[in-house]
Amino acid sequence: MTLMSPMKRILSLFLAALLSACAAPQLRGTGDLGLIIERANGHATLIDTSARQPYARIDGLGDLSHASAVYSRDGRHAYVFGRDGGLTKVDLLEARIVKRVIQAGNSIGGSISQDGRLVVAQNYAPGGIKVFDAETLELLADVPAEYAPGQFSKVVGLADTAGNKFVYALFDAGEIWVTDLSDPRRPSTQRYPAGKQPYDGLVTPDGRYFLTGLFGEDGVALLDLWQPEKGSRKILENYGRGEEKLPVFKMPHLRGWSVAQGRAYLPAVGRHEVLVVDVGTWQEVGRIPVRGQPVFVMAQPDGRQVWVNFAFPDNAKMDVIDTLAGQVVHAFEPGKGILHMEFTPRGEHIWLSARDDNKVLIYDTASFARIGELAIDSPSGIFFTTRAARIGF
Amino acid sequence: MSANRFLPLLWLAALPVLAGEAEPSPARQKELVHLVRQDCGSCHGMTLRGGLGPPLLPADLRDKSAEGLAATIYNGRPGTPMPPWKQFLSEAEALWIVEKLMSEFPQ
Repeated sequence: MTLMSPMKRILSLFLAALLSACAAPQLRGTGDLGLIIERANGHATLIDTSARQPYARIDGLGDLSHASAVYSRDGRHAYVFGRDGGLTKVDLLEARIVKRVIQAGNSIGGSISQDGRLVVAQNYAPGGIKVFDAETLELLADVPAEYAPGQFSKVVGLADTAGNKFVYALFDAGEIWVTDLSDPRRPSTQRYPAGKQPYDGLVTPDGRYFLTGLFGEDGVALLDLWQPEKGSRKILENYGRGEEKLPVFKMPHLRGWSVAQGRAYLPAVGRHEVLVVDVGTWQEVGRIPVRGQPVFVMAQPDGRQVWVNFAFPDNAKMDVIDTLAGQVVHAFEPGKGILHMEFTPRGEHIWLSARDDNKVLIYDTASFARIGELAIDSPSGIFFTTRAARIGF
Repeated sequence: MSANRFLPLLWLAALPVLAGEAEPSPARQKELVHLVRQDCGSCHGMTLRGGLGPPLLPADLRDKSAEGLAATIYNGRPGTPMPPWKQFLSEAEALWIVEKLMSEFPQ
């Protein structure tokens, strides 16, 4: 039996190759698939989280030094946003590029609409957002972030919300914009004040609140998207008051993954802390000391634990916070240059990219044991298809 | 391996510091290139075409003073997100980075 099992595997691989060669692809779902960005060489590796193995590699994605991906609602297509403004639609089942456009000079990411019909890119240069047909990647609308005559801002924190509205922050303008794309060729935009240098944003998992973290001052700007007429307001204004910030060697990232058990776990800018905020009252309810400046603060799907990685020079470390205990319960050093993490759909495993080890590491979230690793060239972002069904991803 | 062989080497090593042209060792150069591409790259882009921070390609830096740029790396730029890197490199290494950025930055 022990000899048969690898034999069977080889046989099934051979059959799969044979089937795909006959243009009659093997039927399968997409719920356990994903992609890993190889930031140095313009590749993405397609992976299967059940097999815990790569199954294909896609070439020709351009400059992926800060790349991210969103998924079509059926989980079959990934839209990969590259630093060079490339937007590439990848078919995960056929393992090929369907379409690729260069839509900007310098891009930071993107988002997909509630109905799955629109893909929106957020750009640094030229500053603004661009709206594409998810099917064809045809440009439908261009919304420059022109906050004053002739002044364009870099766009950060783009998130999708209900009614094909998109919300984002303007780094240079210190504003939050909400663009309504219910009629995609005729966008309309509302503007709200945010604060100095918003660096990233998140929408809560229910799509109600947009938060943007501020780099140029203490605090976070908050907009209730169900009652936007009430305007934006500032929370956590006092978390660093009177204390000198540490130099920040990498901007933290925000996304709806930070919300767990009715609380948001947010990276403190320039501090070795995770801030805990009650999502009902938006009051600070705690600060958790960690071993570096947090970059990603990501809750497991069940919200029981929150995993934290850190900016240079602490990017070999990770801390795990138990949300019941309200403190770090596990601290480890999985590898060099831990850039990103992603949970399997129900959170039994976490995948970590260790850029400088050229590895992706797989850990069991209950036992903290390393259960696997993949050789991947300079890995950065890891994106699983479960994102297809989540607001703000 | 006599002492006379070291003396001129020491002298040669000291001179570029004074002239502002210190050449880090090959191993250290590799570390600095990695630092710039990966960690400076978080904001300036791995290909140095810019991101939240400005682009750092030769054409972008042409009209700037090398000493001024090295001081920005070493001390940071208050009021912007640019942090000081002095805990990770020397002033001479900052200047070496600037010179490489202004000509052609190694892969």
